[in-house]
Order: sequence, then C-alpha cells, then structure tokens
Amino acid sequence: MSDARVIPLNPEREPNDGGASFPGEQQLAGALRFLRRRLEGSYQVDDFGFDRELTRDVLVPAMRPLYEKWFRVEVHGIENVPADGGALIVANHSGTIALDSLMTQVALADHHPAHRELRMLGADMVFALPFVGTVARRAGHTLACNPDAERLLEAGELVGVWPEGFKGVGKPYSERYRLQRFGRGGFVSAALRTRVPIIPTSIVGAEEIYPILADAKLLARMLGVPYFPITPTFPWLGPLGMIPLPSKWHIEFGEPIMTDVFTDGAADDPMLMFNLTDQVRETIQHTLYKLLMQRRSVFF
Amino acid sequence: MARVVLVTGVSRYLGGRLARLLASHPDIERVVGVDVIPPPDDLGHAEFVRADIRNPVIAKVIKAAAVDTVVHMNVIATPVGAGGRSAMKEINVIGTMQLLAACQREPSVRQLVVKSSAMVYGVSPKDPALFTEDMEAIRLPRSGFAKDSVEVEGYVRGFARRRPDVDVTMLRFANILGAGIDTPLSRYLSLPVVPTVMGFDGRLQLTHEDDALDAVQTATFGNAPGTYNVSGDGVLMLSQAIARAGRLNLPLPTPVASVTRDVVRRFGLIDFTSEQIEYFKYGRGVDTSLIRDQLGFVPKYSTLETFDAFLRAHPLGRIMPWDAPDEPAPVSSIGGGLA
Repeated sequence: MSDARVIPLNPEREPNDGGASFPGEQQLAGALRFLRRRLEGSYQVDDFGFDRELTRDVLVPAMRPLYEKWFRVEVHGIENVPADGGALIVANHSGTIALDSLMTQVALADHHPAHRELRMLGADMVFALPFVGTVARRAGHTLACNPDAERLLEAGELVGVWPEGFKGVGKPYSERYRLQRFGRGGFVSAALRTRVPIIPTSIVGAEEIYPILADAKLLARMLGVPYFPITPTFPWLGPLGMIPLPSKWHIEFGEPIMTDVFTDGAADDPMLMFNLTDQVRETIQHTLYKLLMQRRSVFF
Repeated sequence: MARVVLVTGVSRYLGGRLARLLASHPDIERVVGVDVIPPPDDLGHAEFVRADIRNPVIAKVIKAAAVDTVVHMNVIATPVGAGGRSAMKEINVIGTMQLLAACQREPSVRQLVVKSSAMVYGVSPKDPALFTEDMEAIRLPRSGFAKDSVEVEGYVRGFARRRPDVDVTMLRFANILGAGIDTPLSRYLSLPVVPTVMGFDGRLQLTHEDDALDAVQTATFGNAPGTYNVSGDGVLMLSQAIARAGRLNLPLPTPVASVTRDVVRRFGLIDFTSEQIEYFKYGRGVDTSLIRDQLGFVPKYSTLETFDAFLRAHPLGRIMPWDAPDEPAPVSSIGGGLA
C-alpha cells in the first residue's frame, strides 16, 4: 500500500540525534528509518488493522493541507470531546465523497489537546473496494456494525459515525443541510450499552465541495455504486472535475449527551432509542442552521 | 480419575505430537492413537492402532480400550498428502460421522474434544473485526477445508444433542503455524515471490503450534465444555508478513489472481481454494476472551511472535536484502486480544 510515500516525520516526535550537518537532515533520517521499518514489516496494527504510526505520520499529514489551506476548517467546541475514554461522535454527512469524516479525523488529531484518534464506522461497501478498504482499515476505520462499535467504545476509543450514510453524501445540492434519516439508531444502542457520551457534531461547508445537480441513476446501477454524481465540473472536466470547491468549513462538536443516566436495559427499549436518535438529529440540525446563519459566505 | 484417551490423526504432525504429550501426562492412563498409516515419528508412551475412522472398526477400538475421552484431530486442512481433495473431504466429513457414530454407541465415552477452525466464520468484507463464538458466518464457506469444518461442527453439534451426557469441546483455531507444521499458509508464505490480490491486504491471525497443543490439552483437562476461539494475540497484515519474511510481494489484479491460483494448484504446489483468496483479501479476526475466562488458557505466542518463530524455523533464504526484523516493541492492542 502506501509504503512508498515518504513524508517527513513530525520533528517533535523525533529523538534528537546530535547536530545536523545540513538542514532537514533529521527529518530525512527519520523518514528513512520510517521507510525501512515499513519495508521490513516492523510495525504493529491493532485487531482492527489500525496502523497508528502510518496514520499519524503519513495519512493525517497528507490530509492536513486540504484541511488547513483548502477548506480552512474552523473547529468549535473541541472541549466537548473528552480527553480520554470512549465517546461517540455523531455527525451529518455530505459532499459526494466522505471528505467530511476525514476532516473530522484531522480536526481531532491536530486540534484536540489529547490528539485523539478517531475510529470511524464505514459502510460495508468501503471495505469491499480495493485500495480504499485497505487504507480505511489502516487509518483505523471499521465496519459500521454494533459488535465493532461496542468493542471500540468499550476499549475507550473515540468512535465516529455518520448515520445518514450514502443517503447523506449522495443527496442533491437542493437538499443541502437537510438531514436524512438517521439509520436505525444502531449507534444509540451501542452508546447506551457501553455507557459512553454521544457528541452531536455539525459540519458546515462539506455540502458545497461537489454540488450534486443530478444523479445518473442508470450509470450508477451499471457501475454498482450507490449514486453517480453530476456536478458543475464532474464529469465534464474529467479529472479536474474531481477537485473539490474550496468552501470554508466549520466543525462544531456539540455538548455531550450522557448515556450513563439510563438504566441497564435501556438499550432494549426501542422508544428510548428512537427518542435519543431524534434528540441527536435535532441537535445537529439546529446547530447546522445556527452555523449557516453565522456564515458570511460559502467560500470565506 | 482413570483416563483413556483416543487421539485420531496421529500420523499427522499435530496429532502425533498431541498423542506423545498426553501419554506423558501423569493423570492419563493410556493413549490410543489411530490413523490409516503408521506415524512417521515415535509416539512415545502412546499406543498406535492402525484403524480408519471412516470404517466402523473404529467402534471396536473404542470399546476394547474403554475409551473415555476422544480427541478428534483428524480434520485436515490440506489435500496435499491426503490423496486429493475428494479423499480429504471423505476423511474430514465421513470420518467425523463414523467416529461420532461410534462414540454415540459407547457409554464409556464421557468427553469429546474436536479441532475445528476459525474458517467456519467464512470471509467477507461485511465481517465484524473480531468474531465471538456466538456469531455466525456472514458468508458461509462454500469450498475446501472451511466447508468441511462447517460440516464437521454440524455433526458434532448433532452428537452433543444426542449424547447430552458427553462433554463436548470444539476449538476453532486461527491458522496454525510453527516449526514443524505444514499448512497451505506455510507453503504460500514460503514462495519466493508471493502473489497477492492488488488493493487488498488481509488481517491474519496465527496460532503457534505449541499453543495449539496446549489449548487441546487444556480443553481435555479443563472442566468447561463449549466452543472456543483459539489464536495468538493481535493481528498481522498479509503484506507485513511478506515483508517480514523478506519475500517479494507481487500484487496481481483480481482476474489474474484467480488464474494464478489455478496454475499454482495445477502444479500441486499449494491447494488454494477461492476461500483462501478471499481470506488473503479481507482476513479475519477472532475474539479469544472466552477461552481465557472459561479455561484460563493464555497463548504463549502472539500472532507476530508465532510468525517470527515460523521464520526462524524455516530459513527461507531472504529474497529482499534487509535483515531479519527486530523484536517488535509491544504495542497495546484492544479487544479480546489482550488479557
């Protein structure tokens, strides 16, 4: 996989090995050591296939320019994400391809004081795809299913879920910032069973990166994908049309909804689950409206 | 407590070692090992009886020795050495049926331990990261050893219903690897150039052969019948394994990969089923906390240590120039992998 990509390590994390004889020597040495470890297979992944070193030193840095320079993401309410222990980030999904989840991962890795690693729950299609599925596992993502979600939460991990799924990312531009159905509420039962807080998270800006004007359903069916987007630039401009529009992003982590106040059998009470799902959905929807009101323009 | 143990499949590597190990145990009075061919190695204090489990004669062996514990190790993973796939299927499926039929008739039988495989969980991209024993396959295996294992487990469950007085333990092993054992995986990883499927990288879990024997022994003496996953802690990516072995990873596009599989198979090098290709693409993990909690079994080797032990025992001749990997720093893994 991405073995061949050489991206210098963060100098803070490198041991200081004496005076450098030319600028960037330490970074280069660090990168070579990293490359060597990769080629030798001297690294470890966790049970989910999460490659911590690769994610921290290659994948997140690779996304950072997009995050900082292109979308200029502003983060609000990062203090609502606990410094340790399990928590469930639930956010709105949009933007044709799931860049919003990746940007959330960068936000938490870079801007949270504890540099938290976000473990995302992805659709099964992600893991069936070549390359995409492999990188997703390496980056710490796993299948959106209750056993995996609960296992991660029990282990004290920060888990991210985008319950709208393909309905959210593939919706037409005219329906922007209108939340789709929130799945079957499986994420609420996972949080209830593991008694971790749910953090409703609202992402503004991702809707505008690839505005879907139409969905070529026939083509999508032929290709076996959930939707085939027609945007102002795609597929007309070919590969150039795949460059996302540089919208200005805001990610707001809302106040945690505590789940440890409920009794033991709460996860088996469907009514409570529906109510909690609705509560999370409403919170995100209202925060989205609030953020949209405050936004001066799509691009600034 | 007098214990007379019947071990099947003693002429194969694990079965033979297990028979020797059990025979040297002070609590065990007698170990009877059966197989169709004489064991290549000495069985120590264990006795060898030449008997085919596919034949009703096995009932006579059980009766004559008043066997109280049957350890069924004769579910084989590779047709190489078994005389082809149809012979392998017959040994696995018909053999198990006959053996269980014989056990059902003998009141002396009090306990049954069966070596099964984590392959019963199948492989699919929709699999959870780790399977616990109560989960079922998302996509049921359709061929080879994996399918045999599913069928064997079915017969064992049927037997457990008909003889509720017998303690039945099934051990679902992740791939067993080590110094001596010959499996499709060990052969695959010994290829100088290892073909893989482009864009995919499976999570492998390994059990060291010593741990596998330990687990069977623990299950034989432990008083906790049930179905248990057995594996070393942690996972190893297929690409990482190839890198550690110093082999060349050759990623092939999916259609080319299946043609290659046919070629490799035709030459009798390794028997790859479509099941195995899927496994190398997606991998599989099992949760091993149940056997820890119920039987107190903790594997001595992690997956990574098992693999390195395998490498040390098989000086493959490194294709890639770098040195053997350093001892890996312990990295905490989450889930059922750690105590």
